[in-house]
Amino acid sequence: MKGRSVALIIYFVFLLLPIYWLVNMSLKTNQEILSGLTLFPREPTLANFQTILTDPSWYMGYVNSLIYVVMNTVISLSVALPAAYAFSRFRFIGDKHVFFWLLTNRMAPPAVFLLPFFQLYQALGLFDTHIAVALAHCLFNVPLAVWILEGFMSGVPKEIDETAYIDGYSFPRFFVRIFLPLIKAGIGVTAFFCFMFSWVELLLARTLTATNAKPIASTMTRTVSAAGMDWGLLAAAGVLTIVPGALVIWFVRNYMAKGFALGRV
Amino acid sequence: MDKIENNKAWFLVLPVFVIVAISAIIPLMTVVNYAFQDIFSPQDRYWVGTEWFESVLADDDLHGALIRQFVFSFVILLVEIPLGIALALAMPARGWRASLALVLMALPLLIPWNVVGTIWQVFARADIGLGGWLVNALGIPYNYTNDPVAAWLTIVVMDVWHWTPLVVLLCYAGLRAIPDAYYQAAAIDGASAWKVFRYIELPKMRGVLLIAVLLRFMDSFMIYTEPFVVTGGGPGNATTFLSIHLTKIAIGQMDLGPAAAISIIYFLIILTLSFVFYNVMTRMGTGERA
Repeated sequence: MKGRSVALIIYFVFLLLPIYWLVNMSLKTNQEILSGLTLFPREPTLANFQTILTDPSWYMGYVNSLIYVVMNTVISLSVALPAAYAFSRFRFIGDKHVFFWLLTNRMAPPAVFLLPFFQLYQALGLFDTHIAVALAHCLFNVPLAVWILEGFMSGVPKEIDETAYIDGYSFPRFFVRIFLPLIKAGIGVTAFFCFMFSWVELLLARTLTATNAKPIASTMTRTVSAAGMDWGLLAAAGVLTIVPGALVIWFVRNYMAKGFALGRV
Repeated sequence: MDKIENNKAWFLVLPVFVIVAISAIIPLMTVVNYAFQDIFSPQDRYWVGTEWFESVLADDDLHGALIRQFVFSFVILLVEIPLGIALALAMPARGWRASLALVLMALPLLIPWNVVGTIWQVFARADIGLGGWLVNALGIPYNYTNDPVAAWLTIVVMDVWHWTPLVVLLCYAGLRAIPDAYYQAAAIDGASAWKVFRYIELPKMRGVLLIAVLLRFMDSFMIYTEPFVVTGGGPGNATTFLSIHLTKIAIGQMDLGPAAAISIIYFLIILTLSFVFYNVMTRMGTGERA
């Protein structure tokens, strides 16, 4: 047990050092970053953060990203929940093929899909809207959501479904009242993964937007200018991209930690 | 578990089917169009058959990128899967420690990929980065910008840093789903820690491990943003992985025909390998259950 904790702590040091370095840099001026290695900021400054939080062209990037990420998570979960239930409970024509086909959609290299996506959303009049990015991200998030949810749902004994039907529950009522609470952990984990993959994706989000729905990841490329990299500003923006995700995982942690309530049902 | 035969279940799957079909089939058809034709404009196009495929397959640059890609994905799976399982087992099971460990573990996953690249680009630098500076301070000459081995190590360590937490979180969720009664039964039988792992924890993690291996394989096989930011594919071509090679041809040179041909080959490789993984792992799992 002791050895395990030590190994875990060593890993966390490895995990946190690069992040510490990012935070450290975000509190420094550019001159200090480039003038040499300092473990702590000599003159800590919040100027980098101030620039970002007062300039709409910066902070709107965060708002835009959050909007399409939330949209995508809601869409992904609401279409994936019934589908995952179908896969975990029923046999139907082509079920295995569809299941595997879904996964193949996560495998397409995004680089080549840029042009077709661009043409498609332009034709639909959705270019540079949040919903366009949310829908594009469904390409990889919906299959993932189905896969994770199916795994969790298969762990719930089928006797529960049968008992509920005998007790006179209709399918929608059973699904929402009894089944969903049973897989809370799975829903939490799935929502977290959808949020995460949508939040960190850059290539599609950048291609499908111009100004109105421009994501933060794309705004960050502005720090490369003729005068060179603005490392401090970039680091501050990077630190701020970690915040929303950290908040989400904080809410999800209990669902994950509690696990299934199987033994108690 | 016995499943009920019921084709009405298709109605439950339909929304997913529609959404994914729209965003997958239409783009895929466009790619196929480009792969078999020489397109100058919608009216001005020529059928070229397998010409693009032939020229692309004879290209040494593609062979190099392909080999590097395979070695990279192999190394990544070899390191991240065992490390992820070990860390998931070491994670505290409950209490505030568990919450803290989970939140910390998830941090790297929530950083946009270009930022991950930026973090490591700086962190691994010998002059202004703590990591590069530390390695050099230990007496090991290290500079990822001109040494291919160092560049490779940097990318691998970055990927381990970035993606092992995904494996950990999946395994952890799988572990927490094991009812306490299993452990109590094992304790009564006097099972060793290894036996508990081998006969209770590992089989119960089968589902999440399948997802973890598939995800890690596919994503490491498509890795683009992070190495592009850190090394730009260099030094030389040392870290030019398949998608960097592809993007060079598609966006850099605008050779859409060859690029589409490469993407189809790319897609087929991932498809075949994932299919193999999927079948092998599901079969392994049923063997354990029996």
